[in-house]
Amino acid sequence: MKFFKGYRRSDGSIGVRNHVIVINTVGEVASLTKKVAQMVPGVIPIVHQAGQSQSLEDIEQTMNALLGTAGHANVSGALILGMGQDDTAEEIVKVLKNKGRHVHSINFNKTQSISEALREGKLWLENAKERSENEPTEMADVSELIIGLECGGSDAWSGITANPAIGAFSDSIVKDGGTSILAETTEAVGTEHILARRAVNEAVGQKFLDIVKRYEERAWAAGENIRSANPSPGNKVGGLTTLEEKSLGCIKKGGNSTLMEVIDYAQRPTEKGFIFMDTPGYDVESVAGLVAGGSQIVLFSTGKGSPTGSPIAPVIKIGTNSKLYQNMPEHIDINAGKIIDSYLSIEDIGKEIYEKVISVANGEVTSSEKHKNQEFSIWRLAETM
Amino acid sequence: MEQKIGALMLNSMDNVAVALENLKAGESISIQGKEGLVKVFKSIPYGHKIAVHPILKDEKVIKYGECMGIATETIPVGHHVHVSNVRGLNKEDKTAVTLKGGVEK
Repeated sequence: MKFFKGYRRSDGSIGVRNHVIVINTVGEVASLTKKVAQMVPGVIPIVHQAGQSQSLEDIEQTMNALLGTAGHANVSGALILGMGQDDTAEEIVKVLKNKGRHVHSINFNKTQSISEALREGKLWLENAKERSENEPTEMADVSELIIGLECGGSDAWSGITANPAIGAFSDSIVKDGGTSILAETTEAVGTEHILARRAVNEAVGQKFLDIVKRYEERAWAAGENIRSANPSPGNKVGGLTTLEEKSLGCIKKGGNSTLMEVIDYAQRPTEKGFIFMDTPGYDVESVAGLVAGGSQIVLFSTGKGSPTGSPIAPVIKIGTNSKLYQNMPEHIDINAGKIIDSYLSIEDIGKEIYEKVISVANGEVTSSEKHKNQEFSIWRLAETM
Repeated sequence: MEQKIGALMLNSMDNVAVALENLKAGESISIQGKEGLVKVFKSIPYGHKIAVHPILKDEKVIKYGECMGIATETIPVGHHVHVSNVRGLNKEDKTAVTLKGGVEK
């Protein structure tokens, strides 16, 4: 069955979860964000330290990430907390209200006591929670799913088991009309010519080459040479011979489909099919960007067991080897190590991933959700001022 | 008795397979994705690559159906494929219309 029961939003998107969240727009109100969320059971606090004293490019990137998170299809209602004269919270509410979304903002400033502001937040959240419980679901086709593809804590098996299996899944869902988003620009260095060649047209291919170049230049400025540092001595001991081979192991999460679009961090794709998002290799920031870009579910391959989750999107953990699965059974959703010791094929695990995605879209709780792994951090490009 | 599977080909176009366990010199292994047996020339640790087709000097080494490097010497079937006999791509390789061997994509 390739359908799922989702929550249709006023802007046309469809969620696989129905969360009520509180999110801060500036780091100063991070603790108040947690405090107000704790006052209403089931409300999720999304806390980060960005938002103030940023460069223009970071202001834009932070805004996109906040808008994409607060207005996400998995979110039923969002309370947005700001501070002082900063109008980011009102700005977000204005944009999302225009789309008919259920949102409210509170700015902490000298006109209202903290306890009054918290009371206002608590009341709004109680109503939002009650409202969310009465929202209906409807049947939707997998072509409405956007799946983020991520890896973290990779090992020598990542490129052999879990990542190619994710690639097999990605090709299947793309064939069914759905969307998958590959990320982590740094991991693509060395294979940019391969992905660029898979682009639907020259402009998309060129944009991909441009973001890789931009990333390398930023790394250069910080004194890092990605090309000469990879594969690392440890990688070589593990069997990786060239940079191309190492990067292929990562980008093969995207299978062999045509690259339809290259998007900026936290941006929503306008095309369906296989997409690339410009994100850093750091898994927390990358997952936050993928989710802000509309991914309702994230697939996450790991060899060492990185616990990274998301506050609003179910993250499905795919272990690369059976030892990890035996040691952390509560933490891994799918064991791709069966390719090594049970001789299952990459396609077999790809199918298992697809079944799991449908089941999770229908409400099955993932390991990261069960353990409330709700990491969130926004990618910063420049110095804080 | 069913032959154990010692290595995995990630794509049917590949000329290398990945060892799923430590392979011993002289043993014959079957490979997932390929018919017949391959005799291991020298020991190969798990996670490393074994040649499943002969690869001539200056030919592409293909894994995942893509070019992952260039052979710096001729590599016979069953041999270890690694840094001693493969180099990464340079700019000219990437812009070249065709490289010898392998499958152009």
